[in-house]
Amino acid sequence: SHSLREMVSAALKQGQITPTELCQKCLSLIKKTKYLNAYITVTEEVALKQAEESEKRYKNGQSLGVLDGIPIAIKDNFSTSGIETTCASNMLKGYVPPYNATVVQKLLDQGALLMGKTNLDEFAMGSGSTDSVFGPVKNPWSYSKQYRERRRQKPHGENEDSNWVITGGSSGGSAAAVSAFTCFAALGSDTGGSTRNPAALCGLVGVKPSYGLVSRHGLIPLVNSMDAPGILTRYVDDAAVVLGMLAGHDPKDSTTVQDPVKPFTLPSLTDVSKLCIGIPKKEYLVPELSSEVRSLWSKAADLFESEGAKVVEVSLPHISYSIVCYHVLCTSEVASNMARFDGLQYGHRCDIDVSTEAMYAATRREGFNEVVRGRILSGNFFLLKENYENYFIKAQKVRRLIANDFVNVFNSGVDVLLTPTTLSAAVPYLEFIKEDNRTRSAQDDIFTQAVNMAGLPAVNIPVALSNQGLPIGLQFIGRAFCDQQLLTIAKWFEKQVEFPVTQLQELMDDCSSVLENGKLASMSLKQ
Amino acid sequence: GSGRITAEMIEHLERLALVDFGSREAVARLEKAIAFSNRLHAVHTDGVEPMESVLEDRCLYLRSDDVVEGNCAEELLQNSHRIVEEYFVAPPGNIPLPKLDEQEPVLHS
Repeated sequence: SHSLREMVSAALKQGQITPTELCQKCLSLIKKTKYLNAYITVTEEVALKQAEESEKRYKNGQSLGVLDGIPIAIKDNFSTSGIETTCASNMLKGYVPPYNATVVQKLLDQGALLMGKTNLDEFAMGSGSTDSVFGPVKNPWSYSKQYRERRRQKPHGENEDSNWVITGGSSGGSAAAVSAFTCFAALGSDTGGSTRNPAALCGLVGVKPSYGLVSRHGLIPLVNSMDAPGILTRYVDDAAVVLGMLAGHDPKDSTTVQDPVKPFTLPSLTDVSKLCIGIPKKEYLVPELSSEVRSLWSKAADLFESEGAKVVEVSLPHISYSIVCYHVLCTSEVASNMARFDGLQYGHRCDIDVSTEAMYAATRREGFNEVVRGRILSGNFFLLKENYENYFIKAQKVRRLIANDFVNVFNSGVDVLLTPTTLSAAVPYLEFIKEDNRTRSAQDDIFTQAVNMAGLPAVNIPVALSNQGLPIGLQFIGRAFCDQQLLTIAKWFEKQVEFPVTQLQELMDDCSSVLENGKLASMSLKQ
Repeated sequence: GSGRITAEMIEHLERLALVDFGSREAVARLEKAIAFSNRLHAVHTDGVEPMESVLEDRCLYLRSDDVVEGNCAEELLQNSHRIVEEYFVAPPGNIPLPKLDEQEPVLHS
């Protein structure tokens, strides 16, 4: 394994590399990969200061643990004390929170180094990371040797750069930051798939924990009944380390459960013969599913079967309505949540001063993009007195049927479900923007949002490269609060598929390749 | 319904939402969103209770209503554009937005 615990943290502990050196390498890569637009704010000074403190701890033999001295990044919809938090919106440009989100505080308490705040779709509404006021995020794989070599064989002589592919979203900045080796872990958020979708398209592990396991205090809310902080890493073990640190009750978030959580290390499964893997084939085998994803999905099922696991076809009869149900609940909660942005206490304020109402309206017109305004208007429509029962309550009823479908499947003895994460590998930006945000989200969240409706844990595992040289991932879905079991199975699967490392020009140009997990220890040992 | 949005509905929603449609396309997008949502009506939900939260089966913790932190008024006021002493300043209230026909034409022509 090339995980944090075994490689990077060990190298730090043994003094083969110092936190400051590690931090500087990541900062230099952030500068070299600036064109990806992964970061909205780079917190260079903060990171270097934290690295210095971490270095002192290591010297005194008082390291705080696996994450001490490890560079991380945070999606720019988590509040960070004294550091601008924008949600990639004009509405919050210049907003400096006076406190840290609980998850941010927990990572800092472990000695992690904050490299910066990452780009996203405005207010996390989107599936491409293309709808940010700071511009779209580019997928690092667009510039990988794997993708470029395959493009070269194409007959058209297009401009190289116009072929760049999207990261997926909405946590695309966090995904690009980890994928380009500028940090080892990043926080995203996941309301309908916003962590798993970019993880799939950027070749990363992306975890959406059980609803209620991880605090949302300080995460600027989108849909309170579904929002979850997400974790993006290159390896399952790393995600488990981070999840173990973040999980647990927070007095500042009444929706976190009080069951005690211990930091967990994942056992290495050697025998999967006692496992039962459910395949919701009928509902997930949609016509839009690309043949490559379909074939990898079926190969993955065969792999479990050949290793002795019981692989069964299961049915989730209401799941085809899930995306519609999600749309109604999401826009309704968004309409309610976005009411807080009025220009008075924080955020953007327009110059109009004739009346409070006029000031509110103009502030919100200037502050929100078209996508956000559209969702607020839709939500207000569904919440109208005459529509409330027919749309909002109706959607809440369908939500129960969807959640029950999962309960029934797990009660029948299934340990985890195996599904695709996305319909296909990442598409070029120019192709992606041909459809509007709502249509895109309805397509791209199709396999992921039902998990949020039911509050279950799920993880994307990168599996293989497409014919184009771009990552494809699969999703495992677990029982509520069985996150550790889910990740244990995911780790076994990760080991079998041996997903390749991104070959980035920036890494080959200089010695930054020490950052490629797995090379860190060997290279520094030789020095 | 046909999914068509009337001018009255547009005005009503704009007032409630305090954002405007701004263009014919935005209205068309809402119409599409409603048509999409109408698919829900094909699901039989007789006797099904609405689900508000997946944690409905357990007691959630509420902390006691004690002040544990505070004295941060100055810090909080720093994020506001208009303040006087310790107050947020709003323009005059109780003035409704202009009626539809008093507004400058945007799309209601």
